[in-house]
Amino acid sequence: MKPITRIHSRTAVLADENIDTDRIIPARFLTTTTREGLGKLCFHDWRYQADGSDNPAFPLNQPQAQGCSIVVAGRNFGCGSSREHAPWALLDYGVQAVLCSEIADIFRGNALKNGLLAIVIDELEHRWLLKHPGIELVIDVREQFIALSDGGRIPFRLEPFARHCLLNGVDQLGYLLLQADAITHYEQREKAA
Amino acid sequence: MTAKTLFEKVWDAHVVVPETTDTPAVLYVDLHLVHEVTSPQAFSELRERGLQLRRPDRMLATLDHSTPTLPTNADGTRPYANAEAQAQVTQLETNCREFGVELHGWDSADRGIVHVIGPELGATQPGMTIVCGDSHTSTHGAFGALAFGIGTTEVSHVMATQCLLQRKPKTMAIHVDGQLPAGISAKDLILHIIGTIGVDGGTGYVLEYRGAAIETLSMDERMTVCNMSIEAGARAGLIAPDDTTFAWLKGRPRTPQGAAWDAAVATWRALRSDDGAAYDREVRIDASAVKPTVTYGTHPGMAIAMDAPVPAATNAQEHRALDYMQSKPGQPMQGTPVDVVFVGSCTNSRLSDLREAANVMRGRRVADGVRMLVVPGSEAVRRDAEREGLHQVFTAAGAEWRVPGCSMCIAMNGDLAQPGQLVVSTSNRNFEGRQGKGARTVLASPATAAASALAGRIADPRDYLTTTDHRREQAA
Ligand code: SF4
Repeated sequence: MKPITRIHSRTAVLADENIDTDRIIPARFLTTTTREGLGKLCFHDWRYQADGSDNPAFPLNQPQAQGCSIVVAGRNFGCGSSREHAPWALLDYGVQAVLCSEIADIFRGNALKNGLLAIVIDELEHRWLLKHPGIELVIDVREQFIALSDGGRIPFRLEPFARHCLLNGVDQLGYLLLQADAITHYEQREKAA
Repeated sequence: MTAKTLFEKVWDAHVVVPETTDTPAVLYVDLHLVHEVTSPQAFSELRERGLQLRRPDRMLATLDHSTPTLPTNADGTRPYANAEAQAQVTQLETNCREFGVELHGWDSADRGIVHVIGPELGATQPGMTIVCGDSHTSTHGAFGALAFGIGTTEVSHVMATQCLLQRKPKTMAIHVDGQLPAGISAKDLILHIIGTIGVDGGTGYVLEYRGAAIETLSMDERMTVCNMSIEAGARAGLIAPDDTTFAWLKGRPRTPQGAAWDAAVATWRALRSDDGAAYDREVRIDASAVKPTVTYGTHPGMAIAMDAPVPAATNAQEHRALDYMQSKPGQPMQGTPVDVVFVGSCTNSRLSDLREAANVMRGRRVADGVRMLVVPGSEAVRRDAEREGLHQVFTAAGAEWRVPGCSMCIAMNGDLAQPGQLVVSTSNRNFEGRQGKGARTVLASPATAAASALAGRIADPRDYLTTTDHRREQAA
């Protein structure tokens, strides 16, 4: 994974609450055996019309949302299934960060492991961001704040290990493999019990 | 010694490396369940890095999500929804063969939905840590195991190291006082609980269900309750194991036998929250107030008694949900016309669920124009149900009796509803499009699903039950 220190982009807003993983990527597309190419399926049933053309009502299809890699989403984003296809699809679609006052546990973990910044912010600031789509933000992962162009700052907190992995491009499996002695020790203790 | 909750006891016993401010705990995994949808990329990762499985003996794989539920074709081929679904199944077969994982595939007499067969085989046991690339892994918490869903990256972590990096979650006790009234099922109870605490009420917590109403539930019913913990945002839900648990598990293929069984039970008896153990949050639910409960919106938290008026939308998202569902504020869900009925899924596809539906349907017919699918959770459930003749009750009523699998719960195997159709479903998710693009899902108990199939409208199953104590009849 390559290190991520900051993201600079305008925001796009998906105001609906409880956007579940079935909406992010419908289950019928989960027959894939790879991680690649899921971007075109992201938000599929919301994003396209029946004839396959873009749905103009889908917020991320609107002209002002083009090129935005930060999404401000309604509360409880990513609820539902544990499918990692959801963050894979979002990243491939061009989303690099999701800001929300509450993000579902499994989705948040999956996202951070893939370098998608799933960031929980305070409700008040969340509400403000929801009302102001298209503003410029800089997300600073090291200092854990979001900078607004008027000089304002929104603090956030990432789980320290997840943050460390993002900043240094650390691969968590590599870290776990280094724990092999402790794991062997645990297994021996368990067998003896 | 400080008083501990059930969760803390299981957690503490599995810590390989304790957590610090900078690093999460390294947590050992006792059982890793695998299915075809969330594992291929993890096996690929192992291959790319030249890694082996650390403990293939602690893995158990099955085929369930993209598998057809129609019987084999005349030429012996299987009616897969598409080539990708078939390729995904073939990929798991190849992966299990190459890496030496026990797979309950097409030729196994035990194949079924991953969360149905784990307990059936006795692989699920009290005090274990159990994971699967599937959010409804919470089901196994019914046995007093700490069981939760993980993503595919974590699947590869467990494959290579048998461990996960985890921060300790918070705990929430859900005390369910009193007893469920006659004819009210565990599904009604869990929908009622989620309707009460909300679709995100459990986020960040592990739930422990306890109290008089929980203690009297059968294992099947406890699994239904724990299964839907994730629908309240909780990754896991547990119930302390007791004599009901031990009696259910005894003699199953993977459980300890003989003296080892007695020793195991003695250990398992300690798996309950100590008196005075502190939870981060506690909620009280009155079981006696639960009615036949259904959903009216597009997430499981939008649940109410079927005879209660649908609440008015208070925000844009609720407006969208009611529009999508065509639910009418002020009117009850009871009486809404139904197109499709699905009895199945890891929430409600075990033998007692099928009995519950059959009790309502015996000697009756599915309403004209309604399609009903009954999909047993496993080959074992199918065998038992057929031995009792339940399949004949369903087929005589005009329902379809299928081969085990996830089927219309996730609708990725070709079993799905058409746009606009209303499905009364015993599964666990009523998200937009979950059962087919544009399909509208109403979650309900097996009895409610069966009654609704007969009436052609959402109906109260108690109107079809002759016995005054449906629950006692089920237990007998
Ligand atoms: S039945 Fe549904 S919820 Fe259960 S494992 Fe299958 S798809 Fe998931």
